[in-house]
Amino acid sequence: MNASSAQGVPGLSAALALAFLLLAPLAVAGLALLNAGLGRSRSAAQSLLGSLAIMSASFIAFAGVGACFAGAGGAVAFTLSGKSWNWIGTGPILLMELGKSPIETQLSVLFECLAVALAGLIPWGAGADRVRLAAGWAMAALLGAFIFPLMAHWTWGGGWLAQLGANFGLGAGFLDPGGGATVHVLGGACALAMVWIAGARRGKFPKEGLATAMPGHNAAYVLVGCMVALVGWSAFNCAGALLWLHAEVGSIVVTAINTLLAAAGALGATLVVTWVRFGKPDASLCANGWLGGLVTSCSGAALMPPAAALFTGIVMGIATPLLVEFLELALSIDDPSGAVTVHLVGGLWGLFAAGVFAPGKGQVLAQFVGIAALLGVFLPMVYLLLKLLDRLVPLRADPDGERIGMDLHELGGGAYPEFVIHRDESYR
Amino acid sequence: MKYAGLAVMPAGFFLAVAALVLFADPARRGAFVVCGLLVEALGLAVAVRGHMLDGREARR
Repeated sequence: MNASSAQGVPGLSAALALAFLLLAPLAVAGLALLNAGLGRSRSAAQSLLGSLAIMSASFIAFAGVGACFAGAGGAVAFTLSGKSWNWIGTGPILLMELGKSPIETQLSVLFECLAVALAGLIPWGAGADRVRLAAGWAMAALLGAFIFPLMAHWTWGGGWLAQLGANFGLGAGFLDPGGGATVHVLGGACALAMVWIAGARRGKFPKEGLATAMPGHNAAYVLVGCMVALVGWSAFNCAGALLWLHAEVGSIVVTAINTLLAAAGALGATLVVTWVRFGKPDASLCANGWLGGLVTSCSGAALMPPAAALFTGIVMGIATPLLVEFLELALSIDDPSGAVTVHLVGGLWGLFAAGVFAPGKGQVLAQFVGIAALLGVFLPMVYLLLKLLDRLVPLRADPDGERIGMDLHELGGGAYPEFVIHRDESYR
Repeated sequence: MKYAGLAVMPAGFFLAVAALVLFADPARRGAFVVCGLLVEALGLAVAVRGHMLDGREARR
């Protein structure tokens, strides 16, 4: 018996999980392209460099500190009402002795490293065109070192949410194999906090009249980003099913098909809704719909039948354009990448749908408890931590920087030096 | 107002956790967990309202 089979992941599953995880960075690349395309041309280089910086900060923070809180190796637990409540991991720092660990543990750490990078890019997109590179970097370090590991431990590291099934008979416990909660709802909560603290872009909400439209500068980046993201998302969902659900290799194809169906259903629904509503399909909203479908698939692709995955995607596709408009016009939330709708709302809908369509009595209630933890613990915690961070490293660039563009202000050069960058009419 | 809303949200979480500990009956447990979520939704609504009011003040 080898080390991997001793941990419950046979050799073939481990090899497949590694192959999927080597493709998973494409989800990060796709999201980075989407964020850059949905922002302005004068902030495109800062957006993409920020994405790389966030990846690096996330990796270092998680490997250095976060992994010891997230892991399943050791844990701090207390007993309440005769049940053990495992709430934080206590592994070694700096990934010491990871090389001697079973392959399942090593793959779990790799999965979490990539997941935290993806989570860090979500608020970065929401803060496009006004959030400073240093602030994005510090936020990613905070997320990777403390916030993400706590939720990762609760969900994937044998924490109290994962044990809801064993302790309270709630299905198989809180289920989130692809990171719908740990990556997307958490990232979406960070995005909401970021938008609240940094505020709207200058000129977005004028003193009188409706919000100013500030369309993304490159629809081609956005749409290619969607295609690239599909590969990464499928890889995340398949790797998550193998690692966290110990799924049979034979069931992985259905997970990949469900991911495709959720995205396809969502895109089709958004296409129809925007066509009917505006007379023509809207490229950026359709991209948000596609991404929303992918996000909803994270929790349930490995658990539900294909028809349910398609239905989940279609519902998200209908909701996406309506919610993006509602958040901007009714709630004054300036979110250039649609992160709050796509990741926060999409992630929550995916978690609920996974509870409804997954087999097992009490699964819906387990998902509800997980959602309660995300909204009741992590959203306030993220807001307070980002507010403190804003005191140390101001999130927002000064008005002059915002006026000339983040590329010139922060990097000294633009993404498109041979193009004429048009003056912003909204500052008149 | 935003802080008041955010301060209410953990109360909903504790209500949901208390339901797990206090009730064995699935129906009662489910009802309390849903109540916890509603409290969180209320807190979120207050926080969002606070954000909207802050935005209106800033535009004046």
